[in-house]
Amino acid sequence: MSRILAVLKKEFLQMKRDRLTLGMIFMLPLVQLLLFGFAIQTEVKHIPTVVFDQSLTWSSRDMLDAFSASGYFDVTCAAKSYEEVTEMIDSGKVKAGIIFPPDFEEKIKRGDTAPLQVLVDASDSMVSSSAIATANSIGLLKSQKIIAQKANIQNMPYDIRVRPWYNPDGITAYYMVPAILGIIVTMTMVMMTSMAIVRERERGTLEQLIVTPVRPFELMIGKIIPYIALGYLQITVALLVGAIIFKVPVRGSLLELYLLTLFFITASLGLGILISNIAKNQMQAFQMSFFVLLPSILLSGFMFPREAMPVIIQYIGNLIPLTYYLTIIRGIVLKGIGFGYLLPQVTSLLIFSVLLLALSIAKFKKKIA
Amino acid sequence: MEYVVTTRELTRKFGSFTAVNNLSISIRSGEIFGFLGPNGSGKSTTIRMLCGILEPTSGEGSVLGYDISREPEKIKQKIGYMSQKFSLYDDLTVQENLEFYAGLYSIPYSQRKKRIEEMLRMAYLTGRENMLAAHLSGGWKQRLALGCAIISRPSILFLDEPTSGISPTSRRMFFKIIQELAAGGTTIMVTTHFMDEAERCRNIAFISNGTLIANDTPDSLKNNVIKGCLVELEVTGAMEKISHIEKLPWVKECSIHGPLLHVLLESEAHIPELERHTGGKSKKITPSLEDVFVSLARQNRRQVS
Repeated sequence: MSRILAVLKKEFLQMKRDRLTLGMIFMLPLVQLLLFGFAIQTEVKHIPTVVFDQSLTWSSRDMLDAFSASGYFDVTCAAKSYEEVTEMIDSGKVKAGIIFPPDFEEKIKRGDTAPLQVLVDASDSMVSSSAIATANSIGLLKSQKIIAQKANIQNMPYDIRVRPWYNPDGITAYYMVPAILGIIVTMTMVMMTSMAIVRERERGTLEQLIVTPVRPFELMIGKIIPYIALGYLQITVALLVGAIIFKVPVRGSLLELYLLTLFFITASLGLGILISNIAKNQMQAFQMSFFVLLPSILLSGFMFPREAMPVIIQYIGNLIPLTYYLTIIRGIVLKGIGFGYLLPQVTSLLIFSVLLLALSIAKFKKKIA
Repeated sequence: MEYVVTTRELTRKFGSFTAVNNLSISIRSGEIFGFLGPNGSGKSTTIRMLCGILEPTSGEGSVLGYDISREPEKIKQKIGYMSQKFSLYDDLTVQENLEFYAGLYSIPYSQRKKRIEEMLRMAYLTGRENMLAAHLSGGWKQRLALGCAIISRPSILFLDEPTSGISPTSRRMFFKIIQELAAGGTTIMVTTHFMDEAERCRNIAFISNGTLIANDTPDSLKNNVIKGCLVELEVTGAMEKISHIEKLPWVKECSIHGPLLHVLLESEAHIPELERHTGGKSKKITPSLEDVFVSLARQNRRQVS
């Protein structure tokens, strides 16, 4: 116990003295979230939109106003044909097109369903998902207004048919902030701890350390505990930025989020410390952590929905702690679900943590060469 | 006298290179044991094996009765070790470095403060507790490293070239501390390149290419290794004359020492002859340890080639 405490205190002190790294740890969530987050926001609102209005009536203008008022669609130009709409979306001049049929108003007056087509460039999944969601809710709102005014209506007054082009899957913008948080934590935790042992090896202090009676597990535990504290600090900063600047609400229990995050942090630290045990120098450790980070970003479901990946790639994704954590954090933050639903993910992370740490301890030999 | 360190045919190979070759030495309790040899002769490798951080390829060794391959962790509880590089944490203060090692050796909390103060006094570091190790100069650093190594009061201390690269004053100060420790009963094994330090050792082992060449007290090494009569020769143009002198049939060795030459003659009777041949003035001297080691290294080189 005395030895763990000694290592722990030393690591804290060294961390405290390393102002640059400490600053990075605070700035990383801030800057990353601001960069990613604002990029999402500006893109998502004010989508340049073309209108092809064949009806040119009060009803179509009213509907168009609703679209503009949402703040998501900026009607930047009008088209004279369907081909023109297609061409403008293809060329990237606009990202969405709204098409009113000639008999739009007549159908509403008759009490029939008035169809309205919204074309969305879904190659940018962030844009498409918010456009689709907005368009659908506008249609619903407008319909409800009419239903409320008239007594006997059998059909829905408006039928907004959204056609996302190029990429039928979409991710919502809110999805991103919690996910970025996960990325930031893995990145910092893996990179920082990947240096933990190898730095001592390079500076020559490891040789002095291994002639003392310190046991490998005492060294590992003492080295990772300070980083757990650091991980929590980072998550708190990130959640605050998310809540204050991006208004991402935490729908589930914050306590549960913090509790379950522990397993993700330990799994990431385990990965880092294992790298540190294998690497011969800091450069190698850095390269190895990069090798781990890239798949984390690409395969975990952070960037692309896992459902769209080939099965084999999904299996590889299962070997990445972030994959499980994304489900946990999105579940708690966005869906407001609790521990009961997240048991498989938590178990996986726990297994990861124990396995990686045990491997590191077994790998660490109190010998040179 | 009881032996606290013994090795028998201790060997360590790195690939096809033999760093330590069938080394058998014994160190008595409470002595300063000097371990000498040229760079790369296997001194550090031997010390690392004795500290239990390097596995021997063959042979055996024991430290304080514990086998170095089977019970290295037991050895680590009881020894102090200082590597060549004074491995301190540069970003910790003097006090924090000492506290860290006090913790690693599980020194009871009630004794820590006292023990750290003792180390500070011993290392002449009192008043510098809050300085970062990085800001200490070589001599200070080395004494702090020593403090960290002996904070647990080990009964054996292994020092791997503790005095290379520091000022002569610091070097003398350091060796004084070592001698005090030995007087207090600590056994010390120290590697060094400095002859004045070697003179102060009770026993000396000289190794070259991993092989033990001589192992004795400084005095008997000086009296027994060199066969013949050593004279100091004062002569003009000493450098040019070495090769000429070496060729004389009754000259066994000739080497330069500052402005003078040390010439080893077969017997005292050759002194007048030497003076006649070179036109210099010569004086019989007792060999220094340096002469002994130069001679030993030469003999070894001759045997190898």
